[in-house]
Amino acid sequence: MTGRTILILSAALAASVWSIPHAAAQYPDRPLTLIVPWGAGGGTDATARIIGSGLERELGQSISVVNRTGGSGVVGHSAIAEADPDGYTIGIATVEIGMMHWQGLTELTHQDYTPLALMNEDAAGVQVLANSEYETLESLLEAIDSSPAGTFRASGTGQGGIWHLAIAGLLNDRGIDPTKVPWVPSEGAAPGLQDLMAGGVSIVPCSLVEARGLIEAGRVKSLGLMGPERAELFPDVPTVSEAVGSDWQIGAWRGIVGPEGLPDDVAERLIVALEAVYNSDDYKNFMAAQGYGVRWARGEEFGTFMEQADASLGQTMEAVGLAR
Amino acid sequence: MDAIIQAFELVFTWPVMTTILGAALFGLLVGAVPGLTATMATALLVPLTFFMDPIPAVGAMVTCAAMAIFAGDIPGALLRIPGTPASAAYTHEAYAMTRKGEAETALGACVLFSAIGGLFGTAVLIFAAPTLAEFALNFSSQEYFWMAMLGLTCSAFIGSPSPIKGLVSLLIGLLVATVGLNNAAGVPRFTFGSTDLMAGIDFIPAMIGLFAVSEVFRTVAAGAPAWDNVQVKVGNIFRNWGGMVVTYWRQQLRGNVTGTAIGILPGAGADVAAYVSYAVSRRFSKTPEKYGTGHLEGVVEATSSNNASLSSAWVPALVFGIPGDTITAIVIGVLYVKGLNPGPTLFIFNPQLIYAVFLIFLLANLLMIPLGWLVIKLARGLLRTPRSILMPIILIFCIVGAFASNNAVYGIIIMLVFGILGFFMEENEIPIAPCILGIVIGPILEHNFITTMIKSDGSFITFVDRPIAAVLAVGLFLIWASVLYRAFQSRGAAAS
Repeated sequence: MTGRTILILSAALAASVWSIPHAAAQYPDRPLTLIVPWGAGGGTDATARIIGSGLERELGQSISVVNRTGGSGVVGHSAIAEADPDGYTIGIATVEIGMMHWQGLTELTHQDYTPLALMNEDAAGVQVLANSEYETLESLLEAIDSSPAGTFRASGTGQGGIWHLAIAGLLNDRGIDPTKVPWVPSEGAAPGLQDLMAGGVSIVPCSLVEARGLIEAGRVKSLGLMGPERAELFPDVPTVSEAVGSDWQIGAWRGIVGPEGLPDDVAERLIVALEAVYNSDDYKNFMAAQGYGVRWARGEEFGTFMEQADASLGQTMEAVGLAR
Repeated sequence: MDAIIQAFELVFTWPVMTTILGAALFGLLVGAVPGLTATMATALLVPLTFFMDPIPAVGAMVTCAAMAIFAGDIPGALLRIPGTPASAAYTHEAYAMTRKGEAETALGACVLFSAIGGLFGTAVLIFAAPTLAEFALNFSSQEYFWMAMLGLTCSAFIGSPSPIKGLVSLLIGLLVATVGLNNAAGVPRFTFGSTDLMAGIDFIPAMIGLFAVSEVFRTVAAGAPAWDNVQVKVGNIFRNWGGMVVTYWRQQLRGNVTGTAIGILPGAGADVAAYVSYAVSRRFSKTPEKYGTGHLEGVVEATSSNNASLSSAWVPALVFGIPGDTITAIVIGVLYVKGLNPGPTLFIFNPQLIYAVFLIFLLANLLMIPLGWLVIKLARGLLRTPRSILMPIILIFCIVGAFASNNAVYGIIIMLVFGILGFFMEENEIPIAPCILGIVIGPILEHNFITTMIKSDGSFITFVDRPIAAVLAVGLFLIWASVLYRAFQSRGAAAS
């Protein structure tokens, strides 16, 4: 009899003695559900699916990735928070969890979740047409400052979405009135970029990975990145700190969470598995090939990260008049 | 030339061919199950492609999507449940044919013209991709606004025998489309504090309800009568293919062109293409009165169109990495992972890869014929089942499909509500198709109207001061004028 078998037997014995319903087999003993608050085809969906296939290997259970879309993410985020905290339903939370409640769309905040692992972050960039007269972020900001409001318009997500906050926050940080660049709502970065090409707007402050096709095709250029350091994808794009000396940073992040009150041992098992997924070549290669940034924070650390993000987003939304 | 030979070598290998075949069967299955869309089929393949080489990975997704769009016609024709939204425009027509005992003609036409449509779209993709993508990129919110108006006009005034009833149906659809948070200002409308309603009314369960559940209700209300014309078997679907191509070459070509044009525009996909083509077909038909009674003409044009648009959606995707529809959005992600970065450089640096992708497009559309025949042969057993047994089974499929669309019981509730709505609409001879189109196009119309107004600070002149927008606007007013003129003419004729 091997040590492993003894362990399993004694665990089974222990379970039968105390008759704890769920401890009979070791967690997880059945398939898990991973809820994605955004639609198939988007970056969050792709990230969730690669994490899902990694988790399947780590946990030895199949993971069904389930899209619960709509309501600007409210529906899916609610579904994760309302699931039974048994570890069999987890979800991928996105930056919007720190924004929706400030707009009065939902009561949900990061406190309704058990933080497991931060897996990715993509900083906002400042994209303009490649043949635009502005070669640097500084000259663009000067032009915005000295022109009448509405000369420059920006697009790339819905009203009050993350990229809207990015540009508004940057202007606010530089002492420029954010309303000078009106926001044109769009259903994501792709339609925003399409409108940039068609001459409908002049700035698209989305992430570099979203603008990648057009940047590589030489149709769009990025003047600055609102992240702590330059992106591997386009190392020539300066950070806003290098370009205009601004400390302003903002980005879209994605992390795996469970409903509030996940048992500690279950959370720990998931965190260990997620860490293995994060460090796997499959994950790293996939994210690098698509051009997504990776960022890791586990459990409590991720919780603190969400708390800080929440506070900073709230301040910005207050400053630019988006909070209700 | 070297690149083309290399492309053949890349594609005609056992691993690639078996992958394509497997993906084709998978696409047929998913497409034929109501509620599961071609987009979903493609998304489900994503994790599998991680373990594949670039060519089989892309091949699997291309084939799967093409098969799913065609397979959506099968339950549409046999059971009146469109398998995917792209089949909704002509589901009523194809089902009417089945009830007349002409299922094999309807399904045969779906296979044949889907395949031809796909091949046409691919040909355009191969020969004109860079030029057309350049043109499509000029479309801003003004142009999309007019496109959406054209689509709505087509459905309300042209696509329906009674314009007033078509308009009523369209307005119901537009009202439904206003529910939720997905509007330009991000303000919740008609949500009554419900989180589910914030997502709006998902049109897949709505579509299943309007078409299929209403049919179930009707059958129950009528005491489950036997089929009007008993369709004992689906005969040879290949019958009369030559004749159909000769008779309907105009419809086929027009459907191909319309579908291709709509597919190239980012933001409009196979479902819109099918609606517009069906309406156009009716408008130019010599026998518009036959539409809705099981007439092949409109089915031919619409099914030619949706598959053509699927192929041409790749034009902006491959040239600029801008997705033409949700399916290409998924595949673009996979292209990056496989190092086939979309962009003009793809055509210059890796021509053998792009040719290989084109070859797979051609193969997928050719494969549709034998596989389509197989699936239809399997599916026709459904028609021998008595209605009293079949209808509960359909209801189960409807529930599964409505649930699967967003993995929520909320979908089933929407389905039931719309089933009742559809029942009463049909009792009053209000057509269903304009309502679905309203749900699909309403948000596009509103969004582009609002964004244009934001861009122009509220000035209406901006809707016509761009050349393409002006041309579209003139076209729209000409259609309105012709509809009004004909209405007055027929009233005059009736009076005298």
